[in-house]
Amino acid sequence: MSLLFKGRQTSYERKRSSVLARFYFFIVMIIRQGVQSLGEMWRTPLASIMTICVLGLSLTLPATLYLVVKNVQQVRSGFQEASEISLFVKQGLSEQQTQSFVKRLALYPEIEQVSFIDKSQALEEFKALSGFGNALDYLDMNPLPDVVLVRPTARNQSPQAAQALLEKLVAEREVEEGKIDIQWLERLNALLSLLRESVITIAILLLTSVTLIIGNTIRLSIMDKKAEIQVMKLVGATNSFIHTPFLWTGIWYGVIGGFVALLCLTSMMWWLESAVQEVAGVYQAQFALIGLNLTEFGLLLAMAISLGFLGSFLSVNRYIREIEPDKV
Amino acid sequence: MIKFQEVSKTFPGGHKALQKISFELRKGELAFLTGHSGAGKSTLLKLISVMERPSVGKVFINGVDLNTISNKHIPFVRRDIGIIFQNHRLLDRYTVFDNVALPMIIEGAHRGDVTKRVHAALDKVGLLDKVKCYPHTLSGGEQQRVGIARAIVTSPPLLLADEPTGNLDPELSMEILRLFEEFNSHGTSVLIATHDLGLIARMKYRSLTLSHGRLLQDPLKEDMI
Repeated sequence: MSLLFKGRQTSYERKRSSVLARFYFFIVMIIRQGVQSLGEMWRTPLASIMTICVLGLSLTLPATLYLVVKNVQQVRSGFQEASEISLFVKQGLSEQQTQSFVKRLALYPEIEQVSFIDKSQALEEFKALSGFGNALDYLDMNPLPDVVLVRPTARNQSPQAAQALLEKLVAEREVEEGKIDIQWLERLNALLSLLRESVITIAILLLTSVTLIIGNTIRLSIMDKKAEIQVMKLVGATNSFIHTPFLWTGIWYGVIGGFVALLCLTSMMWWLESAVQEVAGVYQAQFALIGLNLTEFGLLLAMAISLGFLGSFLSVNRYIREIEPDKV
Repeated sequence: MIKFQEVSKTFPGGHKALQKISFELRKGELAFLTGHSGAGKSTLLKLISVMERPSVGKVFINGVDLNTISNKHIPFVRRDIGIIFQNHRLLDRYTVFDNVALPMIIEGAHRGDVTKRVHAALDKVGLLDKVKCYPHTLSGGEQQRVGIARAIVTSPPLLLADEPTGNLDPELSMEILRLFEEFNSHGTSVLIATHDLGLIARMKYRSLTLSHGRLLQDPLKEDMI
């Protein structure tokens, strides 16, 4: 394209007169610059390595917290549906009344299994487990109530459904009191959501600082190449031509930083694996740490790349405009 | 080719670098621009390559008023002008080949075309054997010739040279001037800023003389007065 000399076309320009061909050459040029900037990073790795590590490590922290949340959720889902409802039967009912109550309970569609523990059986159990032993023999009468243990069907095991069932059962006239052990679950839930919120906050803080750090690195690199940029402007380079290599540098920082983060996460998991197994062994539970899946890693990488791009974009827009070839 | 119409340039701070300059460089002409240091030679060249804008007046290239060119389009103006600098301004990190190829790469030329034209340009300045060298391994004269090869690689219709022989001995200077003559004989318009009067005296070309920001119409006569 020539503004001053209409019809001045070099032989290589004639080949790409159509819009499609121009677009193709534009893309080819951008890719070429991308490869070149990667090559340049390879030749002078020291300048880039620190920034890449900062990016990688800064991504590692929120990603680790995310994994913690994910793993705890996995543990929790194992416990969530084990809710068992204990019903304490009113004192003074005849054995027959109690038996018919148990039979009636078994007919509930929400209930999968009913087991009855009568008070003498409960006392024996208590004697064996509590360690009070013979002291209990001095009691005139058995203070314990009959207990009915109810296990809801799978569909009714979520905290809300179990709670509803509990209320229904307590309304039965034979029932003194009902208990369901879901409070700890609610606490865990609250704790988890707190953790999740803090992951987001920490991530935002860290990622902002990473963007600024990348911007600063690119700024230094722009200052370093000031003379070069002036010459390029003098021989007719457009701003976008000068911008592209720096933007690519930011993108490459993101790509490599993303892999650094993955490496950190993987080695951390490998390090923790045996400790976690030990803990799981103590609790006699089967538990394996889960890492990032492919989608999550893709997300991490995309985030790293956009941070790199954003950081360099800010710098490039700000500083390259200022460099003008005044001094000849 | 280049036309100045009552052009003045005043820098912030009040320094009047150029005052009411009017002249025309015809198509295919070779001319010298002379004057003492600080006479405004560099400023005049900067106005042509749009590194500076005139305070008053108009500069035309090929009939196009440069005041009408927006900042966004300045790069495209510079692609039509080959500029040669006194300190040659080569990129030390790149080889001679890459330095000369730069203007073509910027325009997005094909690899094959680039190689062909860069070799042709280097051949013209007699440095084809230095393709793979880095600029700092070359002598001053060779570096200057690489700069010239970079300026002509896209065969621009207009060449500007700012003190191209500044640091060279007379023999090398002559050699470089011969190169400019050769490009000129192919129809390129050339404007050379220099204070090397001995050099100008040996060649029969028009010279524009600047003195304190003014153009002397008939240098010999005015000097005598």
